[in-house]
Amino acid sequence: MVHSAKTGHPGGDLSSADILVSLYFGVMKAGGSWTASEDRDRFVMSKGHCSGAFYSVLAEAGCFPDEWLDHYMKPLSMLNGHPDRNKLPGVEANTGPLGHGMPIATGMALAAKISGASWRTFILTGDGELQEGSNWEAGMTAAHYGLDNLTLIVDRNRIQQGAWTEDTIRLEPLADKWRAFGWAVQEVDGHDHAALLDVFGRLPFEKGKPNCVIAHTHKGMGVSFIQDRPEWHHKVPSDAELEAALKELQA
Amino acid sequence: MSVPSQLFDCRDAFARSLEEAAAADPRIVAVVNDSLGSSKMGGFRKLYPQRLVNVGIAEQNMVGVGCGLANGGMIPFVCGAACFLTGRAMEQVKVDLAYSKSNVKLCGMSGGLAYGPLGPTHHSIEDLAWTRVLPHLTVIVPADPYETEQAFRAALALDGPVYLRLSRMGVPNVHGEDHRFQLGRATKLREGRDVTLIANGTMVCRALEAAQQLELEGVQARVLNMATLRPLDTGAIAAAAEETGCIVTAEEHSIHGGLGGAVAEAVTATTPVPVRMVGVPDAFAPTGSVGFLFEHFGLTAAGIHDAALEAMRRKSRKC
Repeated sequence: MVHSAKTGHPGGDLSSADILVSLYFGVMKAGGSWTASEDRDRFVMSKGHCSGAFYSVLAEAGCFPDEWLDHYMKPLSMLNGHPDRNKLPGVEANTGPLGHGMPIATGMALAAKISGASWRTFILTGDGELQEGSNWEAGMTAAHYGLDNLTLIVDRNRIQQGAWTEDTIRLEPLADKWRAFGWAVQEVDGHDHAALLDVFGRLPFEKGKPNCVIAHTHKGMGVSFIQDRPEWHHKVPSDAELEAALKELQA
Repeated sequence: MSVPSQLFDCRDAFARSLEEAAAADPRIVAVVNDSLGSSKMGGFRKLYPQRLVNVGIAEQNMVGVGCGLANGGMIPFVCGAACFLTGRAMEQVKVDLAYSKSNVKLCGMSGGLAYGPLGPTHHSIEDLAWTRVLPHLTVIVPADPYETEQAFRAALALDGPVYLRLSRMGVPNVHGEDHRFQLGRATKLREGRDVTLIANGTMVCRALEAAQQLELEGVQARVLNMATLRPLDTGAIAAAAEETGCIVTAEEHSIHGGLGGAVAEAVTATTPVPVRMVGVPDAFAPTGSVGFLFEHFGLTAAGIHDAALEAMRRKSRKC
C-alpha cells in the first residue's frame, strides 16, 4: 500500500500489526456484524499515521472490501492518509495529530460507565506520541473515574519520527509513570500473539483502575533492512525493496 | 422598539434549559474544566451527579472527552470559559468535533471582554474567527435569555457540533416572548432603508439603542440580529446591502475575522457596499473593567451611531 501510494509510515505499520491482529481477531467485539452495533467494543487508533496496518486489519475484519485497499491515499479515496470515521466503516475516531486518542477513548469509556453499558474501549498509541501532554491529562481523568473498562496499548517501538525516543525526550521509566498516574500496567512482547492474548484475557487487571499494556515492539518488524531503523519512519520502499521485504515477511 | 432596562445573565437561561432538557433525556451530560461556578453548573450537579464530568483544568482533554462521550451515545455539553475552551483546545475543536462531525455542544462562557481587568489572557475576542472557519461547526451568539433558551434547543436538536458563545454581562431582553429563533436566519428587529446595523450577542441591544438615536436624527436604520454566525444568513446580508446601501457590524470580538469579516466576505461576493466594523481593533485590551473597555473601544450605542453616519457618508460619496 505504501509502495503504491508513494507515501506512508511502514515502520510503525509493522510494529503495530501484531497488536492490531490480536485485538481484532482475538479480543474485541469489533468488525464484521459488530461494526454497526451500538454495543461494539470501541477501538481508537491514536497513531493514525499507521493507517496502512490499521486499514489492512479493518478490511480483513470485514469492515469494507479488500479491494478498497488498492485506493490507499489515491485521489478521492475513502482511505485517507489518516483515518476518517465519516468515510470508512470501522473507524471510530479521526486521528492524525498525536495525543488526540486518549481523551476520546476516555470519553468513550466514561459513556459506557454512565450508561451502564458492557462494551469496552481500547486505544493504541505510539510511544513518541506520549510526549503530548493531552495523554497525561486523559490519564488522570481515566484513573480518577476508575475506568477499568479502558485499555491503553502503547506500541513501544522506541523510535519516533527522527530518532530514538530516549535520545529525543526520555519516556522511561514508562511503566512507573502510568502506575503513578493510577493505572494497572502490564508489559508484553508486542509481536507474540499468544502473550498478547494472554494479557488481554486478564482484563481488567485491577478493579477500578484503567489498564495499560506496554507492548515492546520493533519498528519495521520482520524486514531486516527496515527493522529498528529510524529512517524508515515514513520512507517509501523502492520496487526492489518491496520485493525483498515481502519475501522476508512471507518466509 | 425601546430597549428594556432590566438586565439578565444569559448563563442562567442556559443552565435552566440544560437542567430541563436533562430531565427528559438521559443522554445529556455536562463536561466542565473545574468551571462549575462560572458555567453555572451547580444545579446540574445536584440534580444529575452521575452525568456531570469534571475533567479538571485540562481543556484539550475536555473537548476530546466530549468527542468520546458522543461516540458512546451521549450528548455532551462541554462548558468552560470561552478563551480557554477555544484557544487551548482549538485542534481538538477542529479535528475531534468539526472534522469528525461529533454531536458535541461546546459552550463558551463569558466570551468577549467579560473578564475585564483580568486582561487579554482571559478575553475571548478571537474565538468567533477561529470557530467560524471550521466546516460542519455551527456557531451561535445569542443576544438575550429568550434567544439563549431557543438557541440551546436548536443546538440540542441538531445532530452535529455547535459552538454556543455566552456572555456573563447583563443584557436586556431585546426579543419579545413571541421571538422564534431560527438557526441560520437573521432576525430583523427593526426595519430601515438608510443603513443596516448587523450585531450579535451583547451588541444587539446597543445596535437597537443606536437605531433609536438615529431615528431622532431622521435616519432609518435596519437592525439585524445575526445570532447564527455559521451558517451565515447571506440572503439577509445581500438584501441589506441592496436595500440600504451600507452596513455597520457590531460585535464583542476583534473586528478581524468575526461577524464583521463574515459580513464583509458576503457583501463583496454579492453586492459590494461600504461596511464599517465596530469591535475590538487590532490590539490587546488595556487594563480596565468591562464597562471601561466597552467605552474605550467604542462598543457602545454612540460608537455604532457614529459608524452608521460614516457608512452613510461613504455610501453617498460613492454615488
